[in-house]
Amino acid sequence: MPLRSYFARSRVQPGAPGMHSLSVQPGEWRVAAEDLAAAGARLVTLWAQRDGRTPPTIHAAFLVEHDGLLLNLELRDPDAPYPGLDDLFVAAARLQRAIADLSGLRSSDPDTRPWLRHVAWPSSYRPLIDPPRPPTDRPLQPETYEFVRVDGEGVHEIPVGPVHAGTIEPGHFRFSVVGEKVLRLEERLGYVHKGIERRFTELSILDGHRLAARVSGDSAVAYSWAYCQALEGMTSTKIPPRAAWLRALCLELERCANHLGDLGALGNDAGFAFGLAQFSRLKEKLLRATQKALGARYLMDAIVPGGTAIDLSGPDDLIQCVRGIAAETATLRTVYDEHEGVRDRFNGAGAVVPELAARLGLTGLAGRASGQAYDLRVDQPCEPYGEFSVEKAGSREGDVAARVSVRFDELKESCRLIEHILAVLPPGPYVAPISAPRDEMLGIGLVEGWRGPVLVALEAGPAGTIRRCHPHDPSWQNWPVLEHAIIGNIVPDFPLINKSFNLSYSGHDL
Amino acid sequence: MRTLDLITQVLEIIAALAVAPLFVGWINQCRAWLQNRRAPSLWLPYRGIRKLFHKDAVIAERASGLFRIAPYIVFSAMVLAAAIIPSMGTALPFTTAADAIALVGLLATARVFQSLAAMDIGTAFGTLGARREMMVGFLAEPALLIVIFVASIISATTALPAITENLATQHLALYPSLAFSAIAFTLVLLAENARIPIDNPSTHLELTMIHEAMLLEYSARHLALMEWAAALKLFNYACIGFALFVPWGISTSEGTPLTLLASIPLLAGKLLIVGAGLALVETVSAKLRVFRAPEFLATAFLFAVLGLLVHLLLGA
Repeated sequence: MPLRSYFARSRVQPGAPGMHSLSVQPGEWRVAAEDLAAAGARLVTLWAQRDGRTPPTIHAAFLVEHDGLLLNLELRDPDAPYPGLDDLFVAAARLQRAIADLSGLRSSDPDTRPWLRHVAWPSSYRPLIDPPRPPTDRPLQPETYEFVRVDGEGVHEIPVGPVHAGTIEPGHFRFSVVGEKVLRLEERLGYVHKGIERRFTELSILDGHRLAARVSGDSAVAYSWAYCQALEGMTSTKIPPRAAWLRALCLELERCANHLGDLGALGNDAGFAFGLAQFSRLKEKLLRATQKALGARYLMDAIVPGGTAIDLSGPDDLIQCVRGIAAETATLRTVYDEHEGVRDRFNGAGAVVPELAARLGLTGLAGRASGQAYDLRVDQPCEPYGEFSVEKAGSREGDVAARVSVRFDELKESCRLIEHILAVLPPGPYVAPISAPRDEMLGIGLVEGWRGPVLVALEAGPAGTIRRCHPHDPSWQNWPVLEHAIIGNIVPDFPLINKSFNLSYSGHDL
Repeated sequence: MRTLDLITQVLEIIAALAVAPLFVGWINQCRAWLQNRRAPSLWLPYRGIRKLFHKDAVIAERASGLFRIAPYIVFSAMVLAAAIIPSMGTALPFTTAADAIALVGLLATARVFQSLAAMDIGTAFGTLGARREMMVGFLAEPALLIVIFVASIISATTALPAITENLATQHLALYPSLAFSAIAFTLVLLAENARIPIDNPSTHLELTMIHEAMLLEYSARHLALMEWAAALKLFNYACIGFALFVPWGISTSEGTPLTLLASIPLLAGKLLIVGAGLALVETVSAKLRVFRAPEFLATAFLFAVLGLLVHLLLGA
């Protein structure tokens, strides 16, 4: 069935522009997903609603061209497995395993290993539904987690993490190698699960943006904006133009700071400490200018329902700073491009060709470096991005060098956007009044964070409570692709390749 | 044996032990400056070693005696090496016991024990580092030997003090063969001492490590000895370089207490320059991929062989 017919039957979903919602029957769920997959749609996220008030529901959000489609499947029998989408969309596999861990709804995927659940709670306990578990002194029995074994002569395994030699977030990587060559990598995440989705349900819906901003610290603006977008969509709040522009300013500043940090770290991981020193200096300059103009180095609570919490004070210093960064970055780019040693490390390392990227659903910045030219700021622009004509960065090489080059391009474009915003920022109020939405309403927020599309699905409860909130990080899509990017590369190149994706642990484990 | 010789010997060992961490500190300081960073204190390596000596050692459950004893062996080997490398004076009583080839053997012994100890505990990283270390070692040693052979042929001896004395007392002549050897030696020095571009001494990425990966399971006094030994190794290599290529100013067998005294500031000056040079090399280069290390060391070997050929064909 052509996609048009699904959209024709759907209704407009409050929140992000271009989002539609369609409730499907059990028989139709797989057919619709297959049609969407065949039409090149990208799965954004899967989540479950199961609080006993309504029948348990599985939600799946997709992006197609300039539109988004939300499929909702009501489950008649919660104990029977629902049809999984893992064969159509690679990212679905882990999302389904996470749903099973948190809500106890199993998919038809034969891989029933836990994903977020380590031994912190027993398999019978459902953290999102059951009452809080009283702490027990009796430690749970350790469970074995079966990694896929690679057999063959000279093949051995290197287990890495979750505790690493540097101060980084915890994640376990199981390499199967021959000599230095990687045959297979399997990830095991979930070490930083902290019950954020459950915590949301204990908050007032008008306060939830503060928790959303803390889902993944490097994407605080993206998450809080997505949360507020969902909330404002449900209540049909029109935010003042100045607020929208200030939000875009915050988002681009966040993108710049992250790209500057990553470019330095990538140089350092190639053993080129000069790059780290220079980019760290630039990032620090930007953070200080951000603090001067907007009151905080990292804009954690800048975005609030209805607008922003802060107004811009004295844009001149920020303009000067961003101009300086754009110029210095251009010089540093030639250093990276012309340094033989750095080029040798970057070129060809961790390549994901566009065909593979499309099949695995590589998204965001890493996707754009592998020919997946999607950017929500262009494809589904929310206010004010429609007025900016953002230039999409892109490459088809898909290696570390491509991801570096996309970062340089986006940095340049973000600097241009910041200058533009600061020059013609509309006057007026920067926050509008907002009230709590009515019970059982669902809103979707969708914002292009620096890493990729950040989605927040927000369902209102009675009297200004949150019934369910599901924040989704693009890292869910890209972690499985990293397993493919490393194949055939050598073990000591993994840190560099991993850094070139720079995926979130905290935002993924929730 | 003159009393002065004995004093020289004792002084050299004490100087090596005392100055090696300072040399590392100096390189780190230069690196920081070159990267536009504020530099850490020169005394940081000493503080690190002192801190480690004050801690309680934690040893892996299944570690054998080899793991415990390796730091002492490696450290002793480096002290012994420092004793037979003429850094201030050539009249060293110890050197009659070992020549330059024995010195290479001594360095190899330290390497073997360090690698065995790294594999002893059976972690993936220890084995990974040991494996890479042996690869670097077996590529670097031939180059180092040939560098030493060139100098040996010029001086018709493999005794290091005799080579140094011979080169130091000749009329100032430019040996093209020694120039080639010097390039080869520099490359070997970088590879053998876990410096960029072969290894990164300041990395925290366990998968890319060579030298650091072998030390991951060590703690407290064992780690202190291993780190001190690594500093000594770098100091020793620098001194081998001075002995072969810039021997001037060293106190010879006819030396007086005055020449011995005069050699001290000269050694310090040489170390300052070489440290800054090393920092510069490390700042402008990126780390090579591990599989490029053989190419790097093949280049070192090639330069060493070129030096040998130049000497044999041109006699220069």
